[in-house]
Amino acid sequence: MSKLTFARAINAGLRKSLENDPKVVLMGEDIGSLGGVFRVTDGLQKDFGKHRVIDTPLAESGIIGTAVGLAYRGYRPVCEIQFDGFIYPAFDQIVSQVAKMHYRTQGRVKMPITIRVPFGGGIGSPEHHSESPEAYFTHTSGLRVVAVSNPQDAYTMIQQAIASDDPVLYFEPKRRYHDKGDVEESLDLSNAMPLDKAAVVNAGSDVTLVAYGPLVKTAKDAAQAAADEGVSVEVIDLRSLAPVDYPVVEASVRKTGRLVITHEAGQSGGLGAEIAASITERCFNYLESAPVRITGFDVPYPYSKLEMHHLPDLDRILDGVDRTLGRPNSLSGLEG
Amino acid sequence: MLTDKAGKGVQNDAPRPGQSAQNPLRTGGNLLQLVSPEGERISHPEFDLWIKDIGDEQLGSLFEDMTVIRRIDTEATALQRQGELALWPPLLGQEAAQIGSSRSLRDDDFVFPSYRESGVAYIRGAHVSEIAQVWRGNALYSWDPQRINMATPQIIIGSQSLHATGYAMGVQLDGASTAVLAYFGDGATSEGDVSEAMVFAASFQAPVVFFCQNNHWAISEPVRVQSHVQLADRPTGFGIPSLRVDGNDVLAVMAATRWAMDRARSGGGPTFIEAVTYRMGPHTTADDPTRYRDPNELEDWAARDPILRLRRLLDAKGLLTEELEGRVKAKADAVAAELRTSCVNMPDPQPLDVFNHVYSTPNSWIERQKDHYSRYLKSFNQPVEEGAL
Repeated sequence: MSKLTFARAINAGLRKSLENDPKVVLMGEDIGSLGGVFRVTDGLQKDFGKHRVIDTPLAESGIIGTAVGLAYRGYRPVCEIQFDGFIYPAFDQIVSQVAKMHYRTQGRVKMPITIRVPFGGGIGSPEHHSESPEAYFTHTSGLRVVAVSNPQDAYTMIQQAIASDDPVLYFEPKRRYHDKGDVEESLDLSNAMPLDKAAVVNAGSDVTLVAYGPLVKTAKDAAQAAADEGVSVEVIDLRSLAPVDYPVVEASVRKTGRLVITHEAGQSGGLGAEIAASITERCFNYLESAPVRITGFDVPYPYSKLEMHHLPDLDRILDGVDRTLGRPNSLSGLEG
Repeated sequence: MLTDKAGKGVQNDAPRPGQSAQNPLRTGGNLLQLVSPEGERISHPEFDLWIKDIGDEQLGSLFEDMTVIRRIDTEATALQRQGELALWPPLLGQEAAQIGSSRSLRDDDFVFPSYRESGVAYIRGAHVSEIAQVWRGNALYSWDPQRINMATPQIIIGSQSLHATGYAMGVQLDGASTAVLAYFGDGATSEGDVSEAMVFAASFQAPVVFFCQNNHWAISEPVRVQSHVQLADRPTGFGIPSLRVDGNDVLAVMAATRWAMDRARSGGGPTFIEAVTYRMGPHTTADDPTRYRDPNELEDWAARDPILRLRRLLDAKGLLTEELEGRVKAKADAVAAELRTSCVNMPDPQPLDVFNHVYSTPNSWIERQKDHYSRYLKSFNQPVEEGAL
């Protein structure tokens, strides 16, 4: 067991994948001698060579499109999209090619491509550096989408994503890159929790709180604060956003009767809407109150001095928890 | 270059035609032509070397292949008119471009086509039923890409140019001597992906040949809407040598493609070929070119018909015998009959096939929807089977 930052944990997972499978190649902008703008790929080009850790031209569609060709040839490309807001030039290749190739060829051509995306806000960046574009991809059949919330998952799930024969969008919460956590590096992947499973990270009985990526930490802090007031919040780290592990969420909601979903992405058409609808369909008779979404607003990601208003924080999440419980909250007023 | 393995062992010390300078082949917009529209053989000091093995027999076999794919095209168009195909993208007029290029490939070379390269697929060994099934709506794919080393038809314009480049980068990593050919049209040259493909191919010196069939029309848009310079002038800005060849001259297309593929295999990097041809038919069977095209233009190009040109060459050489014509016609009719029979007898896919192969591993969302839909279908008391796909 070692203590690693989030970024080092991903680095260690990438290193392991490069060691274990000669078909794994890393591609991206500035990932070589610089080690990536967040240093996630630090040292990998030096150790594995320029032919396996490839500094690409600045062309996101080109990165993903050539990764499709490499996958066609039997490689397992791991592409870094430098920032969430830079993924859109590659959107066509991801949606029309990466996601559909297996279906198009009736399984004859696999697309074992991992697309790493540092995502989310909270680091005071200019425009296009703080977005949460995951719902575009969870809506796209043929992709697996995961978001990691802690160094251990970051280490394990990057390896599982690379080993997957299906394409995986791997979202990394960039504001957590420097958080440290215990990482079991000798973990046997075959014994690890599967890539498409959700985890209950805080057991509780009054309200189910669903989060992923950067907000799992916030959600756990909120659960702690709620516990101080005598409210028991069960926190679920989704881990997999497509598919969502509904059985885990269902079991929790059947127990608590209340559901709060939180994400940084805007509300309308977001993943929270999908989860609220699915859980309402599946658990309607167990619900004591309407599901509540605590999300970013339906605005473009704001300038950094306003981002603390846009991002769900502990207090806004607790406000949502109170809403499901019929306790006094910002919408109902103090009378509750 | 991606790997120090690339290019090793296959580099020939002897100078190759056209290799003496950075880009000796783009000289004042000259069109490489080895056979005139009247069927006269035009000699060329460099490119003649690349077709010196094409004797009488090979000329007859090129004539056969071009005739067969035109016959496939005619039959498929008829099948669409009769409701047996949902759509068909005709290749009429592009037989020399498709046969000349595909006949220049080795089995281990890999092809990334657009949606119009049915003639190339035929040469690569796809069965006519495989070519037809995607246009009948029986599948999204056609042939098995790994069996014939040719990707399935690509409908997003220009997308496959990046796939070809990535595949070629993989070839480099493998240290293999395979070369990759990407087909696209004049319209695709405006797509960002084609420019990005040229950037990647040049930066990594990938063994890929960009084969652009300039058929002059992107549905209703003439090529001048895409470019103010000749298409073959574009790649030079990326550091990629280019050739502009008469795409209705099968020998010129062969010579150019062989040269470029050999260059790729030898570590020489990417090449761009503009094959100047003409789409004599509609964009697809759903298109009506009379709304946007001057009929005189079609007439001009009909005089430069690629099969007519080869017939004239064969005739001038005394090779256009009744025996050859009879044999070629019989072959073309047999292939067309096979296309028709296999098309109309193709089994329909089964309803639950819609869920198959979305992922290569089990997926809870898909499984749930498949389960629900199969129960829904069973509620009609109909047997529910999965097809063979």
